[in-house]
This record gives sequence, structure tokens and C-alpha cells, in this order.
Amino acid sequence: MKSSVIVFPGSNCDRDIASALEKMQFKNRMVWHKETSLPKSDLIVIPGGFSYGDYLRSGAIAGKSLIVEEVVKAANSGCLLLGICNGFQILTETGLLKGTLLRNKNLKFINRNVHIKVLNNKTKFSSKYESNQILKMNIAHNEGNYFTSKEHLDELKKNNLIAFKYCDSAGDVTDQSNPNGSIENIAGIYNDKKNILGMMPHPERMVDKMISNTDGVNLFSSLLN
Amino acid sequence: MKFSVTVTLKKDVLDPQGKVVQNTLINLGMNDLKNIRQGKFFEIEIDEKDEPSAKNKIDQMCKKLLVNLIIEDYKINKVS
Repeated sequence: MKSSVIVFPGSNCDRDIASALEKMQFKNRMVWHKETSLPKSDLIVIPGGFSYGDYLRSGAIAGKSLIVEEVVKAANSGCLLLGICNGFQILTETGLLKGTLLRNKNLKFINRNVHIKVLNNKTKFSSKYESNQILKMNIAHNEGNYFTSKEHLDELKKNNLIAFKYCDSAGDVTDQSNPNGSIENIAGIYNDKKNILGMMPHPERMVDKMISNTDGVNLFSSLLN
Repeated sequence: MKFSVTVTLKKDVLDPQGKVVQNTLINLGMNDLKNIRQGKFFEIEIDEKDEPSAKNKIDQMCKKLLVNLIIEDYKINKVS
């Protein structure tokens, strides 16, 4: 399985995701944002960080870069695309994923481990997880407050496009377990065809027992299937 | 030609920064303060003599990059 990680000025989780992908036996390539063509890839990852210093809006400038045009083309022809954290913000700026990520409700940068629930385990990204499985993952963001129109929210629910929701350790989705004010505790969503996943939590940080846990492993092993 | 663009959050979008600024001003004694919404401001100079055409170009800039139409509204004004 071939993967490509897109690197922008200000990306800072690019090497973490590369190391996670390699650990999971992906053949990974790093792609600098100025390149105008993508290597042949089964999976493209847009990593976390602060591309272009979050100027204008998080992800706004990266969302208009040359390589992203290629990423959009690839995704539209079915390539798997994963956007983590700033990657999720960039995907909403390109329009590949609907909605947007607002400033956290408490106006604070949040860096801690939270619980999330797997809402749909029938996608290429989640088939190795149990339905409603509770995962512990790290979040580290200032703009993670997912917002979208009522129509789109209905669409997300009707078509089972909500990937993860923030919950407590028992799996209850409550206001207290919502770290950033996201609408209906949403932590990650799919596009209509479910070949694109955008999520705020960092699965690439959860692939090694020594430093955290292994709750992110099954996301990558699902992709290898 | 010079234009200004004011970008504001749509009515139904929460503006926590505006709220904090508002509360701080109230704490400073501005008790008659009713509401504050925080926004962005751009000053744009464009090499174009025809006003409608210039305005149209600024509008494109807003739609393509400056504004996130899901959460923001914008107003274009001619400065000079």
C-alpha cells in the first residue's frame, strides 16, 4: 500500500504520521507542497500542524496551494484521503469536506487525551474497530469546534457520515465530554463516498504503547485491508 | 482604486472572542454596551479604472479566499 504525506510550511505532525505509516508497512513518500504532481498513492494524508502560521483562517492558504489541486483530483477519482487536525481544517477549506472548524468554545488551545466513539465501523478507515468502540486519543488544537449547516448535519446523520464523536470514558456523548464545542460532539466526518476522512484527534500519536497507547493502530490496519 | 472589505461572522455563528471583549468592556464600566461581534478588515488596492469591474474582482477575491462563506458575511466599500 502506497501512501503520500503532503508537507506545507508549518506542518509539524508530518514525521509522526510518516513514522506511523512506515511502522504499519505502508510505503510512504513525503510530498512538498510546491510539487505539482503526486506520486502514485493509495492513501494521501494531510498532516497536522500550523500550515502558513494559520494566517487568514486555519488551513485557508494551504487549501489553495498547487499540490492541493492534485489532491482534490485524486480524491475525486476515489483515492483514500485522510486529514488530521490541520489536515481536517485544510480539507474543509478545499470543500472536499463540508462545514468548518471554528475557534474552540473556551478560546483555549487544548492539548490532552480525550475519548472518542467509533460511530461507523463499516468504512475503509474503520473496519478493524468495533461498532461504538471507545478510543483514547490525543487532541491538540485551537480551532477544532466543528460547525456546519443544519441541512448538512441532517445529511451526515442520515448517511452515517459521522466518523467519531467525543464521549466520556463510559462512551456517553455529553456536553461535559465535548472539549471544544463541536456541534453534536463531532470529532471526525466522512464525505459522501466515504473515501475522505477528516478528524481532529491524532491517531498517529496512538500507535506505540511505550509513549501512549495503540488505539490508533486499527485505523491504519483497516486501510491496509 | 481602493476598497475596503469587512468580514463578520454570520448571525447564528458563536463569536467567543467578541463575547470576551464585550465582557471585558462591561467590566471596565461600559454598562450600556449591548453587543459586540468581532470581525476582519482588509484594505485592497486594485489596478482597475472601471468601478463595477473593480468591485467584481474584489468580490471574486472574497469568494475565492478572503471569506469562508459557511460562517462569514462580507461587505465591500469603495474608499477612493
